[in-house]
Amino acid sequence: MTTTASAHSTERTALADPHPTRVCALDRLTPDLGVAALVDGVQVAVFLLDDGSVHAVQNLCPFSGASVMSRGITGSRADEPTIASPIYKQVFSLLTGACLATMDKEPQPGLEGRLRVYRAWVESGEVWVDISDSH
Amino acid sequence: MTAQEHIVVVGGGMVAHRFVEALRARDGDNRYRVTVLAEEPRAPYDRVALTSYFTGRDPEDLALGEPQLWEDPLVRLERDARVVEIDRENRVVTDVHGVTYVYDHLVMATGSYAWTPPTEGADLPGVFVYRTIDDVAALRIFVEQRRKDLGRPVRGAVIGGGLLGLEAAGALQELGAHSTVIQFVDRLMNLQVDEGGGRALTRLIEQLGVAVKCNTATQAIKPDKTGKVGRLVFADKAEQLADVVVFATGVRPRDELGRESGMMIGERGGIVVDDTCLTDDPHVSAIGEVACIQGACIGLIAPGNTMAEIAVDRLLGGDSTFPGADTSAKLKLLGVDVASFGDAFATTPGALELTYADPVAGVYKKLVVTDDARTLLGGILVGDASAYASLRPLVGAELGGDPAGWLLPEGAIERPNVELPDEAGVCSCNNVTAGSIRSAVTDDGCTDLAGVKACTKAGTSCGSCLPLVKKIVGTELEKSGVELSNALCEHFDMSRSQLFNAIQVSELRTFSEIIERHGSGRGCDICKPTVGSILASLYNEHVLAQDRAALQDTNDRVMANMQKDGTYSVVPRVPGGEILPEHLILIGEIAKEYGLYTKITGGQRIDLFGARLDQLPGIWTRLVDAGMESGHAYGKSLRTVKSCVGSTWCRFGVQDSVGMAIALELRYRGLRSPHKLKLGVSGCARECAEARGKDVGVIATDNGWNVYVGGNGGFTPKHAQLLVEDVDDDMVFKVIDRYLMFYIRTADRLQRTAPWQEEFEGGLDAIREIVVDDSLGICADLDEHMARHVDSYEDEWKAVLNDPERLAQFTSFVNAPEEPDPSLAYVEQRGQRRPATTEERDSGAVLIAPTRLEVHS
Repeated sequence: MTTTASAHSTERTALADPHPTRVCALDRLTPDLGVAALVDGVQVAVFLLDDGSVHAVQNLCPFSGASVMSRGITGSRADEPTIASPIYKQVFSLLTGACLATMDKEPQPGLEGRLRVYRAWVESGEVWVDISDSH
Repeated sequence: MTAQEHIVVVGGGMVAHRFVEALRARDGDNRYRVTVLAEEPRAPYDRVALTSYFTGRDPEDLALGEPQLWEDPLVRLERDARVVEIDRENRVVTDVHGVTYVYDHLVMATGSYAWTPPTEGADLPGVFVYRTIDDVAALRIFVEQRRKDLGRPVRGAVIGGGLLGLEAAGALQELGAHSTVIQFVDRLMNLQVDEGGGRALTRLIEQLGVAVKCNTATQAIKPDKTGKVGRLVFADKAEQLADVVVFATGVRPRDELGRESGMMIGERGGIVVDDTCLTDDPHVSAIGEVACIQGACIGLIAPGNTMAEIAVDRLLGGDSTFPGADTSAKLKLLGVDVASFGDAFATTPGALELTYADPVAGVYKKLVVTDDARTLLGGILVGDASAYASLRPLVGAELGGDPAGWLLPEGAIERPNVELPDEAGVCSCNNVTAGSIRSAVTDDGCTDLAGVKACTKAGTSCGSCLPLVKKIVGTELEKSGVELSNALCEHFDMSRSQLFNAIQVSELRTFSEIIERHGSGRGCDICKPTVGSILASLYNEHVLAQDRAALQDTNDRVMANMQKDGTYSVVPRVPGGEILPEHLILIGEIAKEYGLYTKITGGQRIDLFGARLDQLPGIWTRLVDAGMESGHAYGKSLRTVKSCVGSTWCRFGVQDSVGMAIALELRYRGLRSPHKLKLGVSGCARECAEARGKDVGVIATDNGWNVYVGGNGGFTPKHAQLLVEDVDDDMVFKVIDRYLMFYIRTADRLQRTAPWQEEFEGGLDAIREIVVDDSLGICADLDEHMARHVDSYEDEWKAVLNDPERLAQFTSFVNAPEEPDPSLAYVEQRGQRRPATTEERDSGAVLIAPTRLEVHS
């Protein structure tokens, strides 16, 4: 199996990480259908895209306050892979977490209008996430 | 705020409405408050559309503008408050109830009354005029009663062959009466059309079953033995039987208040005003039909609206003046297009007339041009007025190219492409020029037709100018580099209906193949659900099949309705609202066990709120085991078919509405469409199921069913319009099959039936020709498509429960499937739970944690 990590996490290896967590087997993921994972009490939305890359972002949707990002629709804006929130349809970059379309809404009080992006990668047919390595 | 000045408007018609609307829109400093004293017991309504009262519309459908206007604190509407006295010295008016109103400025907008020539027998029961909702309602009641009494269709006669007379003849026809139009002069609509046009018009009207008698003067109306109208006697002593008579012999200004209070009155009536709409009393203006402006009273709405705008402008310190009346008109009478504009009778010296007549098709067109045939002066269009919207604004401008292009049937030779001058009026109802439409695009940043309509009001009244507005907007956008794009999103450069065709023709069935062939990129939350919906409409395969799950929008993706906290609501199907007690009990038991909030929906079923993703399969296992199935409350698909109890129980029902509703719901269940679909069935004309607020409404008649289409609740409510009447069960299914399938194929993304139908070229008439008369020859295909849908239906929840792979999608956490979402929190309210607000979470108010509710994992 080809091991492909997402564009923003190619340089580093799992062994060098302090808190890598195995989330599931790669074959548990369906391309473009996200899943939620609970990593050290943090809800993470994990996506496998059809180019084989895996991405992990916070599952909490900042505009609704509900933990639902894993149930959004993946897509692209130009070349940037995106995820749209299933509640009010804000679009976020899966690479940077930036909100690309706010749909004229403000984030919930106390929440930042973007997603945290966690490092995610595939190794020996398993999907890994490191929540200590995020931006 | 006592410094405010008080304007009193006498009269509550369309022009009064426009005056108030314009005043409130422009008086940003709240300088004035305004009181409207209306004679009729209702708010101003669209008198021009009065006839549509017969074609199934309710009085409230005739309402003008936004009803909120009358809730404005600075606007007061007094209904049933006819003014009987004006004291100009003390600036006080008194209404019929003795209530007095002091004004700073008075606006006379009393309009006209229907004039009847002194005729023997004009006071008999069964003689009507045609002016107000009450006139029309009384006519309707009389005709219906008369038919019952006589036991045969009613014979109607309309005296007057002008615009209003033809309207009235159409109304009589709608009521099932035979009608004859009796015209004093030599042709119909003699004020608008010339001899040739009159001939074409008579032929067209006669083809529709309305008899026409020109050159005929009515001398007397004689009673029958019951004392009601019985026959007409003409000047030449000829007679004609008539059971009902409508006078449509013109209108006269209601200037009696003006006369009594000593205002200056015109030679042929009307309160005389100057070009600023002011009377000889600086505290009194007059607008609309009662105003005698530039020497005449004008019985058209557009000049009336102009006067209202001028009066407002002057009150606010503006300097606008009346530009002269545009007496252009485009009408659809009994389905026949008639338009006349500019110098229609070629009175300009040296004017040339170019005519085109096709007596077989019933078309007559005339253009009046200057002697060099370059400049358009006016014209008459009968039978085909499609060129009206483009031609009318060109009056006074160079036609550019061969004028014959405008006369011959469209496509025969190319119509010259002319750029309208900025000052050319495009929407005469609302006085919108080509220039203001352009500036809505260039200065106000409007990028589509809807934006321009909202910004300029163009096309928001009669809508006849919309094709032209659209064209101007398109041209303007193109110029500024923006294309009036119908692209779905950045990934597909085509509209939904184009994409539907492309997918149908290419027979591709996966998103990756479709985007590779017809689009680019990876797709997004716009195009993915659209493609998912199109595939579901075309093949009726499971929404979660193959790569489909990732295409589905929020709700379809897990076949439940996501709520604000990320949990779901569950709605099992209850066809026609008929439910077994066992099923009711089961729903109650499930709600109790899972702690779900329950609410009855508007579609006669039960909604269970607060189910977590991981609870959905357990809940559905119990529902499916008991024989219930998905209600598709989550889909852009058929939702419910609401019904009243119908003839099986109801004392008044004439057909089995529940049986029909169930048959319809089972037929169309699972049908994916551009937007949600709601149907309703009522068992009698009382319409308890509110079927006309639905996409398709079926209403029982003594002889079968009437089918109405394009109704809508929601943000812009619309009553459904009549598609076919008195049809049997099979025909109900057939026309609805075709209507829905045609809608599914051609509507835009998220476009409901009401706007689709409205924007469809040719409107409902064109749709009826396609789905009833098969004018496009596609009905067999539509029928076959729907038959495939009906045959291939399966309950999508049952299918998922039998498929372990798809069930795996219903887990909370991929690495902790037994752990519910820890972020959910609820509080109790009225004995049930609801999601806690942020404040409640922060304050630590009594919260119900999700784990405590856990019964089934």
